[in-house]
Amino acid sequence: MPEPMGFYTDTTVCIGCKACEVACKEWNQLPATNGGRATLSGDSYDNTRRLDGIHWRHVKFIEQFAPDRRDGRWLMMSDVCKHCVRAGCLEVCPTGAIIRTEFDTVVIQSDVCNGCRDCIGACPFGVIDINPVSGTAQKCTLCYDRMRAGMTPACAQACPTTSINFGTIRELKQKAQARVEQLHGRGERGAYLYGADEKMLGGLNSFYLLVDKPEVYGLPPDPKLPSRNLKAGSLWSALGAVVIGVVGLISLRTRRPDDA
Amino acid sequence: MPSTFFTEPPHWRWLIILYFFFGGLAGGCYFVASMLDLMGRPSDRPLARLGYLLAFPTVVVCGILLIADLGRPERFWHMMLQSATWRPMLKTYSPMSLGAWGLLVFGGFAFLSFLGALADGGRRRPLAVLRPPGLIGRVIAVLGGLAGFFLVSYTGVLLAVTNRPIWSDTTLLGAVFLVSSASTSIALLLLLGSRRVFLVGGLRALQRFDMIVLVLELLTLAALVVSLGSLARVWLNAWGALLVLGVVGLGIVVPLLLHARARTPLSSEARAAAVLVLLGGFLLRVVIVLSSEAI
Repeated sequence: MPEPMGFYTDTTVCIGCKACEVACKEWNQLPATNGGRATLSGDSYDNTRRLDGIHWRHVKFIEQFAPDRRDGRWLMMSDVCKHCVRAGCLEVCPTGAIIRTEFDTVVIQSDVCNGCRDCIGACPFGVIDINPVSGTAQKCTLCYDRMRAGMTPACAQACPTTSINFGTIRELKQKAQARVEQLHGRGERGAYLYGADEKMLGGLNSFYLLVDKPEVYGLPPDPKLPSRNLKAGSLWSALGAVVIGVVGLISLRTRRPDDA
Repeated sequence: MPSTFFTEPPHWRWLIILYFFFGGLAGGCYFVASMLDLMGRPSDRPLARLGYLLAFPTVVVCGILLIADLGRPERFWHMMLQSATWRPMLKTYSPMSLGAWGLLVFGGFAFLSFLGALADGGRRRPLAVLRPPGLIGRVIAVLGGLAGFFLVSYTGVLLAVTNRPIWSDTTLLGAVFLVSSASTSIALLLLLGSRRVFLVGGLRALQRFDMIVLVLELLTLAALVVSLGSLARVWLNAWGALLVLGVVGLGIVVPLLLHARARTPLSSEARAAAVLVLLGGFLLRVVIVLSSEAI
């Protein structure tokens, strides 16, 4: 059995070149938006805007500038499926299309998915969406086909600054911790790891080194599993059914003289 | 900002809203009909028959709506069978998986009761055993009624078992949909039965039932808003206005007043109240689904 594999993304060395986005699209043969016609966001250098069924990698450009533009900084982060150890999408999928692989990654089998879209709303990170060509839900597979052949995922292979690191989770955590300590030593006290420990959904097999709050990067501060509401929601419904049953019994049994 | 605001909407729109509405009517008409059959008077049988006659065709429409909404409709059976092994596909912790089976099971009971209701019309007498008062008919009515309760409420639990704003920020949506399904189904039976004078006794009982259920619906909706806490602010917009004016005002308060004024369930006030309750039930599902989809 192979060791759990994943990504560690060091956002401090991302330069926003989008090589990972291109490599992902090319390897996975993902179609272009709007048939390839240019679609500019108009308010950012980021024209991809978000992860979806045809963008399994997305380099976020976080533009933190003062209103007078005298001071500011760019934060860049190559976003991807987090391959959660406890995955919300896998929990809710009614067809069994979403599976956990031998590498502890989460993959949607496109030939099984029927496009019900339950996983889209269940993902705490907004990663999944429908691929309009296949009509099925799609997301990063962590290049399952390449991993099976002993290769590095296309995005990590293409990354020119090693912002995207691929390897065993054990090695990646060691590397990430060393980098955090190095940054702290250089005075960047805000550096920390997002999703590396088991508190967050059992651990994210794609975790990040960030230097600002998760919300700044468009990441949820406290992602949860969708099943947290299952028991309470079912119990309230059962109670509602009992109440309606009792009200029905009383209403239908208690007849007035003019009920004929 | 709450973590649910970092998620993406699943694009559940009009087909799903219609499914939630008609699913509520199918399950609701069935459980009200089974209550009339099991707890009512012999004179209520035609009203119960009407409920069974409505439930089965409506659940068929529900199935069609759900299949049409899939990205790959030809793979709808993947919900029931594993496509690689042909083994049954069931996840007890996935509301959609349970719901697919629930819809099938309910459809089976609704079909049997539909046949029983047709037999009541006179031509196929042997099938009359599929309806109470006989033992087989009672078993079908009880199990079908329970399946009906499941069908009308699992959709709310399904929404709660996501990570979307509003839906997953409360655990009361299943109860809200259940109570609303009861009110809309009773309203539909009141509306369709209101032309038949000989049903007046059962209709009066249903009218009282609907008035209590409408009050319960008002209380459940208030509990829903309270359970959302400060997040309820997301409804300080057109969706909130539709919820207050359309769902609560037109769909609950005005029908309660009309029912109170109506001297008989055959009156035009009672019929107008029934129409408004149905409209309110539909708008409730529109607000719940689309207000989260819009975030």
